[in-house]
Amino acid sequence: MIIATFFILAILAIIIYSIFEKGVKSISWEMLTQVPQGGYYYGKGGGILNAILGSLALASGATALAFLIGLPVALYLNVFLIRHKKVINIIRFLLDLIWGIPSIVYGAFGFTLMIFFGIQTSLLAGILTVTLFILPIMIRSMDEIFSTVPIGLQEAAYSLGSNKSEIAFKIFTRQSFSGIVTAVLLSFGRGIGDAAAVLFTAGYTDHLPNGLLEPVATLPLSIFFQLSSPVPEVQNRAYASALVLTLIILLVSLFSRGLGKRYHKTKINF
Amino acid sequence: MDEKTKIEIRDLNVWAGKTQILKNINIDIPRNKITVILGPSGCGKTTLLKCLNRLTDLYPELNVNGRIMIDGSNVLDANEDIYKLRQQMGLLSQRPYPLPMTIYNNVAYALKLRGIKSRRETHKLVMHYLQQATLWDEIRGRLREPASRLSIGQQQRLCLARGLAVNPEIILADEPTSALDPISSQFIEETFVKLKNDYTIVLVTHVLRQAKRIADNVVFMYLGDVIEQGSVEEVFGNPKMERTKLYLGGTFN
Repeated sequence: MIIATFFILAILAIIIYSIFEKGVKSISWEMLTQVPQGGYYYGKGGGILNAILGSLALASGATALAFLIGLPVALYLNVFLIRHKKVINIIRFLLDLIWGIPSIVYGAFGFTLMIFFGIQTSLLAGILTVTLFILPIMIRSMDEIFSTVPIGLQEAAYSLGSNKSEIAFKIFTRQSFSGIVTAVLLSFGRGIGDAAAVLFTAGYTDHLPNGLLEPVATLPLSIFFQLSSPVPEVQNRAYASALVLTLIILLVSLFSRGLGKRYHKTKINF
Repeated sequence: MDEKTKIEIRDLNVWAGKTQILKNINIDIPRNKITVILGPSGCGKTTLLKCLNRLTDLYPELNVNGRIMIDGSNVLDANEDIYKLRQQMGLLSQRPYPLPMTIYNNVAYALKLRGIKSRRETHKLVMHYLQQATLWDEIRGRLREPASRLSIGQQQRLCLARGLAVNPEIILADEPTSALDPISSQFIEETFVKLKNDYTIVLVTHVLRQAKRIADNVVFMYLGDVIEQGSVEEVFGNPKMERTKLYLGGTFN
């Protein structure tokens, strides 16, 4: 067990070290604030602002959409279906199953939908595909939190005459606030880091995102294109982009932890 | 139904799968009295209490049959508006469960459910119910704090204030003092005695002394059966059944 743990930690450390080591050298202000100029992928000037903004827009949009769909689903499971344990278990099982589907399959599915509806690669198509991809994560992590709401608290609220919607939106969401934040940020992290789901759906562009129906660049794909370049300097820039992506995810998780902790102090303690 | 009877329980049977938790229960609970349901742990007291406001709905494994009449409405009838019926009963559980909001809002939430919208009215009533639960003087400056910051004894009194705020006629209490220190317990007991003029109180406990101190009526239960019921003088003074005598004598718990 100790060996296994250290093995994993060592591998993680090596990945992070190599990203930092190669990334810090080639990261520059220019990279963060400019879009790629002509010939960027062969070593000319410019940056990856298109991908940074594109990824943020895409992941935020998808997270917001997945939250709007996922929250009611998770509440429905835990408040309205309380008398149907079998149905709940089947739904949970299915969600866990689709959680495990590789994101490239979502990408392919999104692509067939796009053909069907006649939409081109665009921010919108990317958002919809990533939403589908992170929905199971969003629902299941909120579901886990909701299932820990004490039955005594539910009884107390029901005994006052609350109906199920009130229990769901006033009691469950308040009691589980920090868990909901964690679920949202976890989904955001998954959404922003995935390349395969956006490969066919969001497309790629050297321009800044402008409009839902235009293609948009994303960091994971930007890393991929830079790594595929024959020029070593550009390959190093890929590591710099990876560093940016890692830092975004790091910030997001630190932020979620901070928020969770702050809320915990005012939470009910038993 | 007799004028003096507030709750009439008839042929109540509760099954959890193949185990029968309550066996053919028939009880009359008198108006404006404290009725204590007494018995060793696991005898079905809590389940009986949860049947009264149909919190049993939350437990899919329970199968409830029979009739529980409160002022002519059968609580167990699926066609009754259970959310309305529950508002006739305030609940006090073993451990306090304040709602995840401020002290003030815990009571104000109950008032809102009762249909009180005016701010001024809410203000006045929050104060009134906190006073009734003898909590007001201790927390008057802390109304905007989260309810979880109160001590456990204060939380229990807050839950009482919240329960009273829906303007019930009945108070259901499930071993409400079992998690509390002696002083907080005494507070709750004294409040119950004060409240019984206006409310019908059903108290579940396994503490004999508590039953003796505040009960008007006693229902003694054992393993899902009602063994004996009557006034406190009858049951404690002159128990008819062997089981009751043994329990009161402390031979078994």
